[in-house]
Amino acid sequence: MQIRYERETVEPSVLIQAEGLTKKFGELKAVDGINFKVFKGECFGFLGPNGAGKTTTIKMVHCVLPLTSGRLYVAGKSVTEDAREIKSMIGVAPQEDNLDPDFTVLHNLLVYARYFDIPREEATERAEDLLKFLALDEKKNVIIDQLSAGMKRRLILARSLINEPQILILDEPTTGLDPQARHLIWERIRSLKKRGVTVILTTHYMEEAAQLCDRIVVMDYGKIIEEGKPSELVKKHIGEEVLEVPHSEEVEKFLRSSFKDVRTEVVGEKIHVFVNEPRGVFTKILKKFPLKEAVIRDANLEDVFLKLTGRRLRE
Amino acid sequence: MKGGAITANFRLPKLSYRVWKVWMRDRDVFMKTFKVNFVPPMLEPVLYLLGMGFGLGLFVHDIEPGVSYVQFIAPSLVAIGMMFGSFFECTYASFVRMYYQKTFDAIIATPVNLEEVIAGELLWGATKSLVNSSIVLVIIALFGLVLSPLALLIPPLSFLAGLLFASVAMCFTAVVPNIDAFNYPQFLLITPMFLFSGTFFPITVLPPLTQTIAQLFFPLTHTVALTRNLILGRFELSLLLSFAWLMVATIIFFIVSINLMKRRLIK
Repeated sequence: MQIRYERETVEPSVLIQAEGLTKKFGELKAVDGINFKVFKGECFGFLGPNGAGKTTTIKMVHCVLPLTSGRLYVAGKSVTEDAREIKSMIGVAPQEDNLDPDFTVLHNLLVYARYFDIPREEATERAEDLLKFLALDEKKNVIIDQLSAGMKRRLILARSLINEPQILILDEPTTGLDPQARHLIWERIRSLKKRGVTVILTTHYMEEAAQLCDRIVVMDYGKIIEEGKPSELVKKHIGEEVLEVPHSEEVEKFLRSSFKDVRTEVVGEKIHVFVNEPRGVFTKILKKFPLKEAVIRDANLEDVFLKLTGRRLRE
Repeated sequence: MKGGAITANFRLPKLSYRVWKVWMRDRDVFMKTFKVNFVPPMLEPVLYLLGMGFGLGLFVHDIEPGVSYVQFIAPSLVAIGMMFGSFFECTYASFVRMYYQKTFDAIIATPVNLEEVIAGELLWGATKSLVNSSIVLVIIALFGLVLSPLALLIPPLSFLAGLLFASVAMCFTAVVPNIDAFNYPQFLLITPMFLFSGTFFPITVLPPLTQTIAQLFFPLTHTVALTRNLILGRFELSLLLSFAWLMVATIIFFIVSINLMKRRLIK
């Protein structure tokens, strides 16, 4: 009998492990030799500008995109060998709407359940529960065309849960949604996490990542350029507070000379000042030299993101 | 539950019972629009029978010894029903599911793999051939144009021929840049077959080269020959050859079309 290599290398609490994971499309390296681990029960976020390689990475995790090289294990199983087994324990909510437009809300779930070999009766029961969970039970018999964007997203989330997955993959789950729908989805993701579901999320909403993720990686040009807990990354790269003041040469010169380790950035009409010092340094200096229209705000993940990936537009 | 890994390499498709889950999805959609779906395949043959069979047929005598013109073309309408049913299903309809609705993407995120998705589509295309041609068969039977109980073999034949037309169609679906490009196979393949496969006149009247092309390359030629002889209750040895031709072509195109689709969809 063949001893399976992967069982020995994967730590017990590691659910997903990538080693030198690479994906090339022709000459383009969409994912360039990345390593990461996802632990059981956590919410793990992939952040990055458009084209960074986030979606490509998660498509390899749920076995719909073959690897170019490297290794990728999910629950100790290799994606290049045990795709069916892995796919049966994963729920996927993709970026684009790929619901069946010919079916009603309920029928969409039932047809999807069939692909997982879930018996009809159980499928109906699960579908009814999921529709309640995502506040769609009143739309049960409605044709997909008549749903709003928010309802479609919720239905896609419901569909991804029909096989009671251990791992839930959410590719930009709230893109294009209004705040109400967004908060409902966040709430549901939290409650799934409490039930022990491991969640993998891609997003370019920094607030979403900060709200939901235990750990994140920031990707750019196919590589992981930073990883850690959101709050720690903010502390490490930005500090606790950011000062924003209207831009002028003198003010910038003055601020640069006032702190020893200072980074300033001109964004439009404003200067952003980053000092990575304890809370209160900006208050002190503003007391001595009141600057017009100065605003002190908390540092956030968006500051980290922009520092790491730059402000240049990506297509 | 082992296996199912995605690969773009050319290989014999590895299929499981999950193929039928894809088939069932397409069937479910079909059943939703059941009443509308049944009208066109019912009306079309009636129009052809009236217009060509009973109209044009008045001027056509002795197309084959002892066979009237309407008797000659009625089986062709059954065979054409097979071709249209499956070819359009696996070109336009499959393309819509693949490209616009992203249905294939949704399915391959489950334990069903891409080869099974395409195979399910092909089997559904074959089913559409069976449904369409059975409707036509019933209609020509009502006109008294089915002469032999051998016609009971037509449903299984229609599934086989349907699988071939579906597979040929899927090859085009795998290579067209957009949905409008299906006009090319339609005008360069389907229309010539419709006219020159022994459908409305025997292929023996064609110039020798055209005749050879029709026999070597047109699936409809063999489908029409088999269908006509079953309906008229005749047997000749060349029919075995036609059947063998259909079998071999179906196996080849089934395998090739699945692999071409993998090449299109697996990057």
